[in-house]
Amino acid sequence: MTVSTSDVPHAPQKGRSLWDDARDRLFANRAAVASMIVLGVIALLSIIGPMLSPHPFDKVYRDYVKVPASLQAYPRPDQVQPAFEALAKRARLTIESYDRVGDSIVAEVSSRRAIDPRTTRYFDRSDLFKDAALTDMAEDQRAGRLRADINFVHFYFGTDANGRDMMTRTFIAGRVSLTIGLLATAVAISIGVLYGATSGYLGGRVDRLMMRVVDILYSLPFIFFVIMLVVFFGRNFVLMFIAVGAVEWLDMARIVRGQTLTIKRQEYVQAAEAMGVSDTGIVRRHIIPNTLGPVVVYMTLLVPKVILLESFLSFLGLGVQEPMTSWGVLISEGARNLQGSAWMLIFPSIFLTSTLFALNFIGDGLRDALDPKDR
Amino acid sequence: MTRYVLGRLLGAIPTIFLIVTISFFLIRIAPGGPFDLERPLEAKVMENLNKIYHLDEPLWQQYLLYLKSVAQLDFGPSFYFRDFTINELFAQSLPISIQLGLTALCLALVVGGTLGVVAALRQNQPTDYTVMAAATLGVTIPNFVVAPILTLVLGVWLGWLPVGGWNGGAFVNVILPVVTLALPQIAVVARLTRGSMIEALRSNHVRTARAYGLSTYMVVVVHALRGAILPVVSYLGPAAAALLTGSVVVETIFGIPGIGRYFVQGALNRDYTLVMGTVVVVACFVILFNLIVDLLYALLDPRVRYD
Repeated sequence: MTVSTSDVPHAPQKGRSLWDDARDRLFANRAAVASMIVLGVIALLSIIGPMLSPHPFDKVYRDYVKVPASLQAYPRPDQVQPAFEALAKRARLTIESYDRVGDSIVAEVSSRRAIDPRTTRYFDRSDLFKDAALTDMAEDQRAGRLRADINFVHFYFGTDANGRDMMTRTFIAGRVSLTIGLLATAVAISIGVLYGATSGYLGGRVDRLMMRVVDILYSLPFIFFVIMLVVFFGRNFVLMFIAVGAVEWLDMARIVRGQTLTIKRQEYVQAAEAMGVSDTGIVRRHIIPNTLGPVVVYMTLLVPKVILLESFLSFLGLGVQEPMTSWGVLISEGARNLQGSAWMLIFPSIFLTSTLFALNFIGDGLRDALDPKDR
Repeated sequence: MTRYVLGRLLGAIPTIFLIVTISFFLIRIAPGGPFDLERPLEAKVMENLNKIYHLDEPLWQQYLLYLKSVAQLDFGPSFYFRDFTINELFAQSLPISIQLGLTALCLALVVGGTLGVVAALRQNQPTDYTVMAAATLGVTIPNFVVAPILTLVLGVWLGWLPVGGWNGGAFVNVILPVVTLALPQIAVVARLTRGSMIEALRSNHVRTARAYGLSTYMVVVVHALRGAILPVVSYLGPAAAALLTGSVVVETIFGIPGIGRYFVQGALNRDYTLVMGTVVVVACFVILFNLIVDLLYALLDPRVRYD
């Protein structure tokens, strides 16, 4: 048995890279895995939720302003008759008899003048009724039977102060917030990594000068900077968040520089130098890939920071513009309407907070996974 | 030591000079001016206004004028709050922001530190998990959510505290803003303290102290905490600078006449002098607190010396 196995030429055992180990450690971390699932669900809801939802995110339901979140359909049974009567009054119809048959209303109506068949539009335009029709008209056109179906709609998260569906808005806001978080982080990481690696690798006077610039930018009040960017780029949020990313790179540059200072003394970098690889080549092929561990960790912590920053800007009224929305906008609107319509704050807050929670746990998990001695 | 402090303070002058220069030109490039109203002013009025505020001179001359007045610690007249100079505005609002920020800072340090130490002493026990979950929650909930909820619960429903206003810094008026300001800081301080405390409790000098039979209080507070507080101190430097120069959100929600709002108002109304003033004040605080952090480091960690 043992002899035969040694005879079989088997493939050389595959080595385990740092990344394989890190991945295994990350998947062994239950909090991190749960967070990744939560984040995945939220991202999925944000992407396909608005497409599946029956309400467009900017559709205004005038009859349903600030209705509470509910699993039951609107309109409520007790809302139907008063609404019908109010509409009949507007249409100058007198209701002779009112009868609810299943999900539709049948009413005998009369008027002092001839009833125009277009009167049904009053009912169709309302959010409560649809498919209104006049039948059995009298000879003189002054009386008839009006039949209208009740238009049932669901607002699982309630509606906002303009009567827009909060669920669709929360999902669409998730798209905006997550996009902003990822976009700004990508920009910040690219600038920070390149700057830090260059500064650390070149060293000496260049390094001192480049880090001095970082120090000065650090002392500039951050809010001032962001507000200036908003002023420059107007309300174009894509440009604005590229700009925010361009402000957030300072920490990244410091971290990467520190890493680079240790990496550049490693043998493989010296070997590359001895073989005549250019500075650009060394930074690109050897330095940057080896700094990626802390960068990945920092990235998961930067995304929530940027999302919070966006919500802060929205709170100040400098964020995305109506009818587009983001979690920050929804939350600041919700905070204003907290008394009386708490659902406007609760649902976006749950989404934002669980996203930030998940990203924090993923960040912690990644740090433990990539830097085992830190545990 | 004195020489080191003096050297650092002198070294800050070029930094502040650069910051003034950058922000001066940055806000001047921004489109719009301080007197651009919805209904434009008459040409003659505009001309006179520009003349009074030296806005008609070439930019580099305005820059030199501004540098000269800043060197004399005069930040000039405000363009938006017409009746005040920047110095007057700051004399009113800065003490309020500092008082709030300092109280919040102390609260954060005491509560956060205690929670962190307690969590570290009971590592991987229910207490630890509770504290850490609360701390993560504290970091992730933005303060413009915390503030309205606190106001609604404590101010409106229970009616214990006033919902806003400063009222000359009366104790009941200060509670809600201070708590709102401190909550995220408490969370961060607790996390940092727990992390470094766990490490400190495993270190050799703490084991030696235990072996000597010192009381738990001596071991934890005197020997372990002294080393464990270092990361907290370096975090609190920039955080303190940010807290003491006011928070836009807290000041807006609670209606507090602090310095934080001036950032936003100044920049949006192109109140050049107001923006420049806040920039300089914030930069000074950042530099000052970085220095304090470095000095505290030397005090806490005998291995660090500045002689």
